[in-house]
Formats: sequence, structure tokens, C-alpha cells
Amino acid sequence: MSVVEETRLDAKIPGGPIEDKWEKHQFEMKLVAPNNKRKFDVIVVGTGLAGAAAAASLAELGYNVTNLCIQDSPRRAHSIAAQGGINAAKNYPNDGDSVMRLFYDTVKGGDYRSREANVYRLAHVSNLIIDQCVAQGVPFAREYGGLLANRTFGGAQVSRTFYARGQTGQQLLLGAYGSLMRQVEHGKVKLFPRREMLDVVVVDGVARGVVARNLMTGEFETYCGHAVLLCTGGYGNAYYLSTNAKGSNVTAAWRAYKRGAYFANPCFTQIHPTCIPVSGDYQSKLTLMSESLRNDGRVWVPKSADDKRPATEIPDEDRDYYLERRYPAFGNMVPRDVASRAAKERCDAGYGVGETGMAVFLDFKDAIARDGEDVIHQKYGNLFHMYKKITDEDPYHVPMRIYPAVHYTMGGLWVDYNLESTLPGLFVLGEANFSDHGANRLGASALMQGLADGYFVAPYTIANHLAGRQLPRVTTHHPAFQESLVDSRNRLERIRNVNGERSVDSIHRELGHIMWNDCGMSRTAQGLNDAIDKITALREEFWQNVKVLGKGEALNQNLEHAGRVADFLEFGELLARDALERQESCGGHFREEHQTAENEAMRDDENFCHVAAWEYQGTDSPATRHTEPLTFETVKLTQRSYK
Amino acid sequence: MSSLKLTLKVWRQPSRDEAGQFHTYHLEDVSTEMSFLEMLDVLNENLIAQDEEPVAFDHDCREGICGMCSLMINGQAHGPDNETTTCQLHMRHFRDGDTIVIEPWRAKAFPVIRDLVVDRSALDRVIAAGGYVSVNCGSAPDANAVLVPKTDADKAMDAAACIGCGACVAACKNASAMLFVGAKVSQMALLPQGKPERASRVLNMVARMDEEGFGNCTNTAECEAACPAGISLSNIARLNREYLKAALTAAN
Ligand SMILES: Cc1cc2nc3c(=O)[nH]c(=O)nc-3n(C[C@H](O)[C@H](O)[C@H](O)COP(=O)(O)OP(=O)(O)OC[C@H]3O[C@@H](n4cnc5c(N)ncnc54)[C@H](O)[C@@H]3O)c2cc1C
Ligand code: FES
Repeated sequence: MSVVEETRLDAKIPGGPIEDKWEKHQFEMKLVAPNNKRKFDVIVVGTGLAGAAAAASLAELGYNVTNLCIQDSPRRAHSIAAQGGINAAKNYPNDGDSVMRLFYDTVKGGDYRSREANVYRLAHVSNLIIDQCVAQGVPFAREYGGLLANRTFGGAQVSRTFYARGQTGQQLLLGAYGSLMRQVEHGKVKLFPRREMLDVVVVDGVARGVVARNLMTGEFETYCGHAVLLCTGGYGNAYYLSTNAKGSNVTAAWRAYKRGAYFANPCFTQIHPTCIPVSGDYQSKLTLMSESLRNDGRVWVPKSADDKRPATEIPDEDRDYYLERRYPAFGNMVPRDVASRAAKERCDAGYGVGETGMAVFLDFKDAIARDGEDVIHQKYGNLFHMYKKITDEDPYHVPMRIYPAVHYTMGGLWVDYNLESTLPGLFVLGEANFSDHGANRLGASALMQGLADGYFVAPYTIANHLAGRQLPRVTTHHPAFQESLVDSRNRLERIRNVNGERSVDSIHRELGHIMWNDCGMSRTAQGLNDAIDKITALREEFWQNVKVLGKGEALNQNLEHAGRVADFLEFGELLARDALERQESCGGHFREEHQTAENEAMRDDENFCHVAAWEYQGTDSPATRHTEPLTFETVKLTQRSYK
Repeated sequence: MSSLKLTLKVWRQPSRDEAGQFHTYHLEDVSTEMSFLEMLDVLNENLIAQDEEPVAFDHDCREGICGMCSLMINGQAHGPDNETTTCQLHMRHFRDGDTIVIEPWRAKAFPVIRDLVVDRSALDRVIAAGGYVSVNCGSAPDANAVLVPKTDADKAMDAAACIGCGACVAACKNASAMLFVGAKVSQMALLPQGKPERASRVLNMVARMDEEGFGNCTNTAECEAACPAGISLSNIARLNREYLKAALTAAN
């Protein structure tokens, strides 16, 4: 397969010292005058942290906002499930944190594959996020004196993570949702739940609307505006089993890709080290046990592969605390990619525990002995409860069994410094874009990014588009809307008319197996080539043999799922191709051919210090790979070390 | 791990405007390790194989936090396990040979859309009436500028843990939403940030709740028993106090 490298992408990074770029840019950007804002309609797709924050903030500024989401209520977006916390450079604990350090940790954690200017801005606005959330009434954890409490997350040696028990995402989202509903009440946001966006409508080269299916009635609807914001989350469900909510999908991003938005670094997926292991073939999703648990839990396997004693009977001298052994400086708090690979290494070597041998222990014995059960309960009560519900084992008395699982996707639609994609007028926020986390995201940084994009970045940068471009009046009667609508409807009709033998779920599961085995925690050229062949064959099977019952003009969850799986079947191939072309190991992307003598990821900065952004070329031609070179002016490129 | 043979009586209703009825299905080899929704996934795969349309039910996170799943299971909202959503309910709570009756939430304010899926948007409209602090982005003071006693923050968090699933409404014979509203009113009343709008918030939310067709509270505490997030009845007591205080001040 030939890969053409074409134009270099312009990220529109402002000049000047890194500390001043954002303020300088804010000053230089165009503004929309207050009384002109009401003349602009903005479509926001998604109501997670990114979408709800953006929709509420834009409406507060005076724009007319249309807001769509898949769930029956905006409050149920997948962000609600985030557990552990949100980072900010407040330095309240006085332990040496700063904007510069948060920036540095994030660039290093991302294994030098993110854009310095974006990451700096993220660290810079992080403090404003905490202020905003507290003002909304988000009940963050507090110390006895009434001040906010912090904890530590992986990849950091300071305590900068704010949290609301094990339900941080829930509380942050409910804060944003409150602000959103306030604007709904004021009539500034028109809310459309149970809608699935199926296409972006492009008029004269600019994104001017979307096509959505009303999931209650099956009707196709069109929405028109001056800008479109995609805040549609990550694509982890390409792997079938993941910690993502069942409805999480790549459809919105994939449709945008097909209309001209480049897809960046799709192979950068994050496998989270601490999830409840798979227990059977019927399994429908995997449950995360928050990274915060590694603050107090110690990870181990027996020193001897034949040691079959119950965990509690294995004395300390017969346990291998392998993270503490291999990475003494960070110990159990190494970044996720490192911890995940270390667990896989032990299990592959035959030291895994539990019925399947595909698990390691996460043990709270020492923390409970030190702090008492009460303290541990206060910190992690709901996680322990959830663990017990699922496994029927009590982690206060026996160690948890955990194994890595697909969790987050660093890749996403390519955006410039303004969060604008290569399709003018289409902005991408939150997990759906690619910009801030490089090849590996640090814990508690996704919530930070979603809210930064939604509250503090897009509301500014969108003005540049609205005030800087000629945007003629367009209505949904424009032929482009009808064309997109007919396309979307035909596609679902085609799926319904296949009338084959195989259920959507069984095809999705098979795709998941391919992705996990060949594009998972460790990848090889051979495996990736195989994966591409297998995915192509499975995609063909889908279009010849899928079985979807029921009507199109009704609530039809099977049809919804089928549409999403059809997109995953195309997208999975791009992910594999991207992994194949990136002949280096970095962060979550581990190519077995590229590792150090100690099995650590080995980057190739000479050839791959860039973003790969893929351009769609039609169904019958392979996508084109473009690059955006990454330059590191502030953080020196070095091999990551957590030893 | 063992496996169960089950009889399911499932409510099927093609659409909002058509009548519904129970259908009976038999399932074998249900693993006790499965979640309740995974059991329904298996049922649906079987139905598809037999050319019967799968049963529609709401779900998303399958972790007990998004509030999307629902279901009356043998007459109990979210089934028999305490403080557990349907998605976190595991089949080990059932016995071989059991018959399980599965219905949608039943309440005037929650019309059925299809099978087990209901429309709960009334809850969003109640929040829209005032379940927030009116603060625009960008104007907040430093997060540590206002101290919040830990006990208040903890109590606010207890109330804020509501997942908005609507089980309290479904479990209540009056279909009252007092626990849902009480939780939000309490969270905000306990925090200094919520104080300025304290009175208007409770009055507006209660008025909206009535408009949306939720019933009155007659203190049967079924809501608390059904709540998967452990929201306590004391939130209704606080709601009543807040309401009275606000109504009295408004009258003056
Ligand atoms: C279990 C779990 C725990 C986590 N814990 C943490 C944590 O502790 N700290 C942290 O920083 N990060 C955490 N993360 C990651 C973080 O939660 C997510 O990255 C982040 O919340 C994503 O937010 P978002 O707004 O980009 O997207 P989402 O919250 O995923 O929202 C996507 C929105 O888009 C809508 N949507 C999607 N597709 C369509 C479509 N086609 N049409 C219409 N609407 C659509 C959905 O309905 C939804 O409203 C966790 C993730 C998981 C899975
Ligand atoms: S599916 Fe989210 S709470 Fe059950």
C-alpha cells in the first residue's frame, strides 16, 4: 500500500513566547459585538463536558445555540462516568506545582507527540475551570478547614487532582448541565435529545449544518447554523469491549471526516491498566477502577508462576510488586501506558492470577492497616461497592483483580490552535479532537481538556470564524441539506435491506476481537496487516449478511447500533493503517519492532515527531496521510523515564 | 459460576400510541455472573435469530452512574438488590426456574415510547426551572475564596449523587418527584454558592414539578427504598422546610 505524504498542515500557532501565546491570540482574534451575537446560530453536537460547557457558554454570550445528544437527557453523556478527578495547576497543597509543571508533565506524559502551544494553554486555563465549577456548586472534596482537597494521579509527583468522591465526572457534568438547562429555560439553547447526528452539511466549503435522526420516531431532521461544534467523544468502542458507555461511537467524527475533516493519529488509543477483567463471552462492557486507587493500592503478582495459594495467604516475600521494582521513582503511579504494558508482560509470562490468568492484584491491605478501613471507605467507597457488585468479592478483605482495558482515545479529528478542523466552520472539542494528549493521556486530564475547550477556548476562537468569514444566509432548504439527508437515509435503508443472517452485535464483537488482538496493547507490522485484511472481510460480510429487524420510522435500537458498527468497520481499518505507518513506539502505541533492551517504548523522533492526519479520498481509494511536524521549544525531547 | 433457566414476562409496546401487552419468553443457560442487561442482550440475540424484533430498553454507561437504565423488575424499580441500578444488578440474585416480570417505569409524567423505554424529559424541565446556580462562565472568584465546611460539602455531595433515573417516581404510588427535587434543592441549599437563589429555586422547581404532572408526596418512603444512589428521605424533609420558608418570605 502506498502512502503519499502531502501538504504540511498549518496549526496556526501564534508567535511569541509560550507563556504569552494565548493572551496575545485572544487580543488579536476578531470579536463579535454583543448585539451581533444574536444574529449567529451555532450547532453544538454533544452534551458531555465539552458540549454542555460550550453550549452553555456560547448561549451566555448571546449566540443562538442548537444542541443535540443521543441520550434521553444531556446529563447522561458519557462524561458522567468519569471517576477519579480533574487536574489543575492551583498549587493549593504548596508542593511545587505550577502552570509550567502541569504543561511539562502533560507533554512528557504524552510521550512528546502533542502540540506544545495547545498543552500550555490547557494548563493555563486549568485554574479557571476549578473556579467556575466551584461557583456552580460542584461539591468537590474538602479538608476540615473548608479548603479544597487534592490527590495524586499517575505521571505526576505533585497533588493537583480535584475530585468529588469517585464521581468527579458526574459532578462536573451536572454543573455544566445546570448551566445548560438555565440557557434552555432562557430560550437561548434549543435542546434536541435522542438525536443522532449522521452527517455534516457543507455549503460553499463551509460547515453549515447537520443531519440527524430522531431516535424516537426514526425521522430525519436537518439543522442549520453558522458554525458546527462536534463534541461527540471518543471511539474506544471500535474495540467492542471498553470502559466507554455503550452509545459512544465514531459516527459523528467519521461523517465529518468523509466531508473533509482530517482524522489525526487514530492509532493513539489508551489502554487503562486498572479495569475489572473479562469474565465471559456475554460480557457487554468493561468497568474501570479509577486510577486514583493506585494512590493507596499496590500492584503485584506472585513471584512464582506456580503459586496457587489464595492472595491473602501469600506473604510479602513471595509477592512481586513489579511496578515498584521496575520504576522505583514513580512506583505504582507510573503513567497508564507503562502500567498496562507491565501488567500484560507479567500475564504473558505466566504470572497472571484469577481463573483466566489474565489479571493482576491491586491490594489495599497496607493502606487499610495504615489508615484504617474508614479512611479508605471515604476515599473509594463507591468504587469498592461497584467492584463487589460485579465480582461478588470484597476488596476490603481480598485484593482486587484487575487487567487493562480500552479506555480513551487520544486520536481524533485534526484541529488547529483554534480547535477548527480542516473543514472550515467545523470545530471539534473534547475527546473527539486529537490535540492535547499526544500518544498517552495522563489521568484527570480529559475532564480538564473537555471543560477547557468548552468554557474557555471555543467561545473565543469561534468569533474569529463568525466575524472573519463571509457567511451568506443559508436555510435547510438549500440543496446541500437535502442531499445529505437523502444520503443518510439511503445508507440506513441499505443496512435494513441486507436481510442477512448475522446479528449486529456478533459482528461488532468480532471486530472488537480483531482490534484488541492486533491493534491493542502491542502491535506488529504482521498483525496490523492481518487486521486490515480481516476488517475488510468483515466489512464485506456486514454489507452482505447483517440482519436488522424492524422499521426505520420508529425507535429501533438495533438499526442505530448497525449504523455505528458500519462506521467502526471503516474506521478500524484506518486505525490499523495509521498504526502500521507509525514505525516507532510512543505512549499507548507500542510497536514490538521498536523497543529498548528493557522493553520500554522507543520513539523515533527523527522520522515520526509529527501528527499524522488522514484525508478521505472516497470509498475506493486509500486515505492520504498528511503530517504536521511537532516542534519542542520549551520541553526538551528526551526518552521518558519513570525510573 | 452456575447457570439459570428463566421465564421472562416482558412488556412490549410498539409505540407511544399503541397498546402494550406482556410477552413470555424462556431463556436457558443464563450465567449468574451476567448483569441483568447482559441477560436481556442474550434474550435479544435469541429474538433476532428467531426473526422477532428485539426488546427496546434504555441503557448507556452500564456502571450505575448515567441514570439511563430503568425497568420495574418483579414490581421493584431497578430490581431486588439494594442501592443498585438495573445495569449493576447481577443474575446471582435470581434462582433457577424463576419467573421475572419486566415492565417500564409507570408514571403519568413518563409516557412509554416503546417497550421498556420511557420519556423522562420532564425531569430535565424541572431542573431547568432552577436546579443550578446562575453564574456565567468567566466571572467566578478563586475557588478557595469561599470556605465550605467539610460536613456541609459532604452532605451536599450525598444529595448531589442523584443519577436522575426516575426510580423514585416509578416506585411511588403517587408518582411524586419529591426525592429528585429534594436532592437538588438540598445540594444547593447546603452550599454557600447556592444561597442567593435559595428561595426562588425551591419555589420554581416545585411549581414546575406540579405542572409536569408528578404527584404529591404522602411519605411512604418507597422512593428512598428504590433509589440506587442512596438519596435519603431527609432531602424531602429539607425540601419541605426550604419551601415553607421561601413561601412565607414570598407572602411577606
Ligand atoms: C469510566 C471512565 C472514567 C473516566 N475517568 C476520568 C477521570 O477521572 N478523569 C478524567 O480526566 N477523565 C476521565 N475519563 C475520560 C473522560 O471522561 C472523557 O474523555 C470525557 O468525559 C469526554 O468528554 P466529551 O465531552 O469529549 O465527550 P462525551 O462525554 O463522551 O460526550 C459525547 C456527547 O456526544 C453525543 N454524541 C456522540 N455521538 C453523537 C452523534 N452521532 N449524534 C449526536 N450526539 C452524539 C453524546 O450523546 C454525548 O452527549 C474517564 C472515562 C471513562 C470511560
Ligand atoms: S446504564 Fe447507566 S446507570 Fe444503568
